[in-house]
This record gives sequence, structure tokens and C-alpha cells, in this order.
Amino acid sequence: MTALTGLSIAAVRDGLAERDFTALELAREHLRSIEKARHLNAFITETPEIALARAKESDARRAKGKALGPMDGVPIAIKDLFCTASVPTTAGSHILDGFTPTYESTVTAKLKAAGAVMLGKTNMDEFAMGSSNMTSYHGPVKNPWRPKGREKRDKNLVPGGSSGGSAAAVAAGLAPAAIGTDTGGSIRQPASFCGIVGMKPTYGRCSRWGIVAFASSLDQAGPFARSVEDTAILLAAMAGHDPKDSTSAPVAVPDFQAALKKSAKGLKVGIPKEYTMDGMPAAIDALWKRGVAWMQAQGAECREVSLPHTAYALPTYYIVAPAEASSNLARYDGVRFGLRVDEGGTLDEMYAATRGEGFGAEVRRRVLIGTYVLSAGYYDAYYLKAQKVRALIAEDFRKAFEAVDVLLTPTAPSAAFAIGDKMDDPVAMYLNDVFTVPASLAGLPAISLPAGLDADGLPLGLHLIAKPFDEETLFRAAAALEEACSFDAHPPGFGGSP
Amino acid sequence: MSLDKATVRKIAYLARIRVPDDALDGLARELNHIIGWVEQLNEVDTTGVEPMASVVDIRLPKRADEVSDGGIAGEVLKNAPEPVVAPGADGGFFAVPKVVE
Repeated sequence: MTALTGLSIAAVRDGLAERDFTALELAREHLRSIEKARHLNAFITETPEIALARAKESDARRAKGKALGPMDGVPIAIKDLFCTASVPTTAGSHILDGFTPTYESTVTAKLKAAGAVMLGKTNMDEFAMGSSNMTSYHGPVKNPWRPKGREKRDKNLVPGGSSGGSAAAVAAGLAPAAIGTDTGGSIRQPASFCGIVGMKPTYGRCSRWGIVAFASSLDQAGPFARSVEDTAILLAAMAGHDPKDSTSAPVAVPDFQAALKKSAKGLKVGIPKEYTMDGMPAAIDALWKRGVAWMQAQGAECREVSLPHTAYALPTYYIVAPAEASSNLARYDGVRFGLRVDEGGTLDEMYAATRGEGFGAEVRRRVLIGTYVLSAGYYDAYYLKAQKVRALIAEDFRKAFEAVDVLLTPTAPSAAFAIGDKMDDPVAMYLNDVFTVPASLAGLPAISLPAGLDADGLPLGLHLIAKPFDEETLFRAAAALEEACSFDAHPPGFGGSP
Repeated sequence: MSLDKATVRKIAYLARIRVPDDALDGLARELNHIIGWVEQLNEVDTTGVEPMASVVDIRLPKRADEVSDGGIAGEVLKNAPEPVVAPGADGGFFAVPKVVE
């Protein structure tokens, strides 16, 4: 491992402040590790010129004693769902071919203003629809982790999805941190599959302006890093009210890092008894139990709670999210940007040809499901019904949080699976998000942190959920759990090591 | 409920997604599998439950009625697959197939 590519954000900030290395050296080392790891396909667009220019600017600011941002000189990777001015933004889709935004998303603009150094745009499931990164038009991402054992060693695993490239990049040491988006688990599930920390803030904590929309009542931006502290640092630089997003909450951003220093003593942790699934590997159940013991050892009180509508969260999500997607994706019509397929027919034929060719199979499926559940005669039976069940799911959480401060669950019902698996059965793929979707429907903040390895040597995550806008308690609990499980494994090749 | 080939053809038209005729049967099977699975929601008693459209309980903010944006026709047209910049016009246009005879 080269020294610079394995560092945390906190260590990078210290090293830059102590003049142990420059932002330019950091950027160069990370760009080199990205080049060496191109076989992972973690990036859709690498931006070395931007990275080197921003690193030089950061070094110049520091040399001149100018004011520095909280991310000054820190390299980061950006999911290719965030619009970035003058840098192509694909959302993992063919239909955005040739699209180069003329504007910058609020979150990436804030990170730029905070001094962060963008390394590139990461691969993802098309329009963030997927749990394996297999639906990307730009090809699958390889998980840097490899299963132990001779017969399994040659199998390439998925990194999870939809933010698969961001998770793989951080796990492989290509960036100390990355940003992603989470609609039903798209940060937390890949974090679990790649053995890193991934966090979805409360709905409304980060601005959605300039993020390619999937399901607007669920989408949230969030951080990936290799420690809980680093996700807290990164979130602080991303969060905050934005007048350009009417659903962004006009609330102050607390000092997340300060929350990490509070002990978990007296914290009430709920263990939802419904968070289990047929066929779930015993290793995940065992890790969950260890998680309870770890929290108790840190002074927390654990008690069983009930969230009776948990089993209905996933089917609810697969009505609400496609319905919103079918509406959001109506804008891709070949007229104003991206791909146009014009065979000399009518305008309607141009729309249909463009969308038929521009959208991949999973996106087509979801747009059609969404169109169906919103269509005349079916709206009440499907869409309205799902919105009512969503209310019951949110109410379950509200009641549970009357008695406890956070909830502890597994992140995903399996470890990373092989590239190509579950592709013939959409519903089997959807089940990946069974433990992450309920918190999404209720808009709650949640975090996945790596807590152990299974018998194949693959990472497994534990998942904490907190009350709306109580990220401080979430980080406090996560820091205690992180300390107790002391996970320090890395995949082979981490940060350029042989 | 089950989606037949005609229904799939109709929703594909509503969604403006071209689906070749020979793909309709396979697509109908896939969509029926998903719709059949989400129909388990019918087990839940939702009598008297208000539908939830948003998790944020805030009123939509209002702003002063002032021009805050605009004058960027060039930027708006920059990504157009086939932009038309009309001479003398105060901006350009998006070109589309002829819609009026």
C-alpha cells in the first residue's frame, strides 16, 4: 500500500496541515491508483485535469495562508448522477449520450467550495435503478473483494448498487471518500458489499438540485468513506438548506463530528424482530447478534421492538418508486438533450424510438410498471394503496422511536454475489434492499458499517436507523459500534498494493 | 389482475417506449411477475389511512415574485441533439420532426 492512498479524510487533513505532503501529491497518487484499477470499471469518466488543477489551487491557498474549506485538498469520487459543469453526466444511461451539464449540482458545488478535489465520475446502475451495478450502460463494476477458496477465487463479484462505482472506488483505495445517492438502499447496500461505511441522511438534509431524479420523494445524496468519522466530515460539507430544492429542510447543520465523541452509554437501541428473511445466511444473523452484544458492551441498552409492516415495505417501494420514475423520466424524449433516434417518422415515433433504444431493460420495466400503476382504472388499486401502506410503515417507525433512540439491523440479506447472478428474476434482485427500503420510505437517516467477514472472507454490514434529523445520534451509535467491532480488513490490491 | 399483451402494448404507447411485437409476450410475463408480487399489499387493512405523498411535513416555501433566472438561451440549447439558431431571433429553437402539415 502506498502511504497516501490508504489515508482517511481526517488523516489527509492532518497531513496537509502538517505539510507532510501536498494536495497535488495526493491527487497524483490517487489518479495513479485509479489508472491501475481500471479493470474494476469503477469510473465512467476520469477527470485528471480537474483533479490536478483543483489540487494546485488548494496548495496555493494553503501556501498563501488563505481561508481553507473543510475538505480542502481532499480527493473525492462523484457518482455520475450528480450534474457537474463541463463534465459529461450519464446517469449510467445510453439516453444521456453526449450530455454535458452547463451547471453544477448544489452538493458538488458545496464540495467544490469546501476545497474537495474531484477525481472523476463513478459508474452506477442506470438511473440508479439496480442493486448490483449490472444495469449500467457502461458495463458492470467489479467488487475489489474476492471470495476465499480456490474454486471461488476466479469469480468476480458485484459491488452492489446503485452507487457501485463509488463504493468500489473507496474500498479499493482509489479515493478516500465518495458521494452517492440512496433511494431504497443505493448507498448502504453497496457499502455493505464493499466493506466500507455508507450513509443516507434524512430526506431533506441534502439538496437534490442538480441530481438526476429517480424517485423524488425518496432520493437523497450521502457519503461513502472508510470510517464513520470520515462520513460525518463529508456529510457536513454536503448538507444544508438550498432554496433551489423546495424539499430541502431549512434546518441548521449540526456538528456531526462532535457527536462521535459522545459515549453510547445509556443509548436505547431497538432490535426490530421483523428484520429477518427466509434463506438469510446464518452468518448475517450471527453478526446481527454480535452487533447487539457490541452495543451492550459499549453501555447501550438493547431491546426488541416491532415494526409490523416491514414485510410490505419492498412491494410498497416497487409501486411508489417506479411511479415517480415514470414521471421523472418523461423528460428524456430526444428533443432537448442526449440521444435522439429519428428514423424520419412523426414526433411521437421519434419519442418512442429514442426511449426504446435509450433505456435499458430494467429502466424500461420500471417506467412501464410506473405508467401502469398510475394509469386510469389502476391508480387507486396500486398507487394510492401503496401510499397508504407507506403511511403505516412511517407510523411503525414513529411508534418505535417513542421507546428507543436508534434501530440496529443487518444491512443486506447476503454478502456480495457473482456478476450476472439474479439477472433473470427482477424480484430476486429487489430483495437485496429488503432491510434498507423501510427507512427510505419513512425518510429516516441510516448508516451501514462493515462489521465482519463471512466464511468466504467477504464483508458484511450492520445497519443503524435514527429519527428524522437526528444524524447526531446515528453517528454516535455508529462510532460506538465501529469501535467495538474494530473491522480493519481491506480487499486485495487496496490502494495499489500487490 | 393480469396484464395481457394488449395492455402491455397500451402502456408502452402511453410511456412512449417502442417495444417490438415479438418482445411483448416476454415483457408481459416479467411485468405480471412484479405486479403479482406487489399485490400482497392487498393483505394490509388501510381503512381510514391517509395516503402519504411526502415524508417532509413542511409547507412549500414562497419567494418574492422577482426574476431570478433567464437570459441563457445559449446554455439551454447547448445540449440539443439538433439545435436550430434562427437568424434574427432572440434565441434559438429545438428542432423536432414536422408536427403541422
